[in-house]
Amino acid sequence: MSTEYNFAYLDEQTKRMIRRALLKGVAIPGYQVPFASREMPMPYGWGTGGVQVTAACLKPDDTLKVIDQGADDTTNAVSIRKFFEKTAAVAVSEKTEESTVIQTRHRIPEQDLTEDQILVYQVPIPEPLRFLEPRETETRKMHALEEYGLMHVKLYEDIARHGRIATSYAYPVKVEGRYVMDPSPIPKFDNPKMEMAALQLFGAGREQRIYAVPPYTKVVSLDFEDHPFEKGGAPQACGLCDAHDAYLDEVIMDDAGTRMFVCSDTDYCRMRREAGHIGEMGVPLAEDAA
Amino acid sequence: MQNPSVTGGFLDAARDSAIAFRAALDAMARPGKISEVSGAVPPAPLSVAAGTLLLTLCDPETPVWLGGAFANDAVVAWLRFHTGASVVSNRKEAMFALGTWVDLFPIHDFPIGTPEYPDRSATLIVERKTLDAAGITLTGPGIKTTAALSLPDIEAFQNNAGLFPLGLDFFFTSGSRVAALPRTTKLES
Repeated sequence: MSTEYNFAYLDEQTKRMIRRALLKGVAIPGYQVPFASREMPMPYGWGTGGVQVTAACLKPDDTLKVIDQGADDTTNAVSIRKFFEKTAAVAVSEKTEESTVIQTRHRIPEQDLTEDQILVYQVPIPEPLRFLEPRETETRKMHALEEYGLMHVKLYEDIARHGRIATSYAYPVKVEGRYVMDPSPIPKFDNPKMEMAALQLFGAGREQRIYAVPPYTKVVSLDFEDHPFEKGGAPQACGLCDAHDAYLDEVIMDDAGTRMFVCSDTDYCRMRREAGHIGEMGVPLAEDAA
Repeated sequence: MQNPSVTGGFLDAARDSAIAFRAALDAMARPGKISEVSGAVPPAPLSVAAGTLLLTLCDPETPVWLGGAFANDAVVAWLRFHTGASVVSNRKEAMFALGTWVDLFPIHDFPIGTPEYPDRSATLIVERKTLDAAGITLTGPGIKTTAALSLPDIEAFQNNAGLFPLGLDFFFTSGSRVAALPRTTKLES
């Protein structure tokens, strides 16, 4: 570990400010707590909010996992993992069940999380009403008055135009019957997982907001009686591990348009392949490595 | 002789406060769960847990209200030296308040936030002789089925929960033990 950095990069006063915001966020589930987001050594849009929340939460004996769209091996995930290896000297892992803190961009791991884990989301636009009402003063008033009619109008317009609710990611949820919250751009497939045993923390660096969902909190995806929420998902199974219950990415294989569907959660796919599951286009794991 | 107010802080501020914060976060996310915190060696009558919470969460931006026997010179000097927090006598200005339940009660003068900013509310640290996972039944966010906690009151906390999303949040400390009660928790005797 480099001794030039304070533990987990941020200075202590910044961490205290973030920690106070986190505690209030947990006490008011789904409410966006303003915080004085700092410049981080990475550009906005690369997870500066999530990184600051993780930095304020990490303790020396944590094992950190970072995923980007479900994958541990993409640029964003690798660089954030390296950042905390260098500045906090914490253990890192790609295995969901080994990790105590998981920072994520746009996915919830397929495996159920436990009470001993914290899931930290990177959030681009924390305000679910922002594209309906651009003024912060107004959206804040709408949250205060629990005035969420506009959000239902948006979903209704989806139905009027497409015959169904076409919103497929960042699908708005109502937390514990009070605040409407943006679950960050996770696929709506992941929405039902948000009622989980782990603590969920959300950090939006550019927009300077922190919010939280405590364990076992009611998280309801907005819908209509005659158009109930559907989590969706591909009808195919994963081409590598044959998973039928996972969220899949579509990969174009050649110029002729051949395509394959694979698990977006790379750790889940590896685990299944190690357990001997082989998909239609897959080969046993040992052969693949050779 | 060394001034006692300059001792008793964290030995390794970054790591000690990180460990203490996670215990506090865990307590707030799981109402009724009792965790251990340590690191601070505060002057009497502050408990280790209360002292550790103050060092972890307070700084020059957080006015602290001290109740009863806790408003003594030793505690004030220790708090000022280690955190830089200002000690206020007006409950309406407090971001943190510390004392026994008798010192803190009635609690309605502490800030409960505004409809636009319900986070601008005080956090109360209630010092207790004992802290047990028994007594009043708790339900709500963070609790799988039910939890239980020995609380000094029920009506005041029920009234506080009725203010949601406004309201106060509580830590209860005893020795090195800490538990929490956010405004979302529902209580039944």
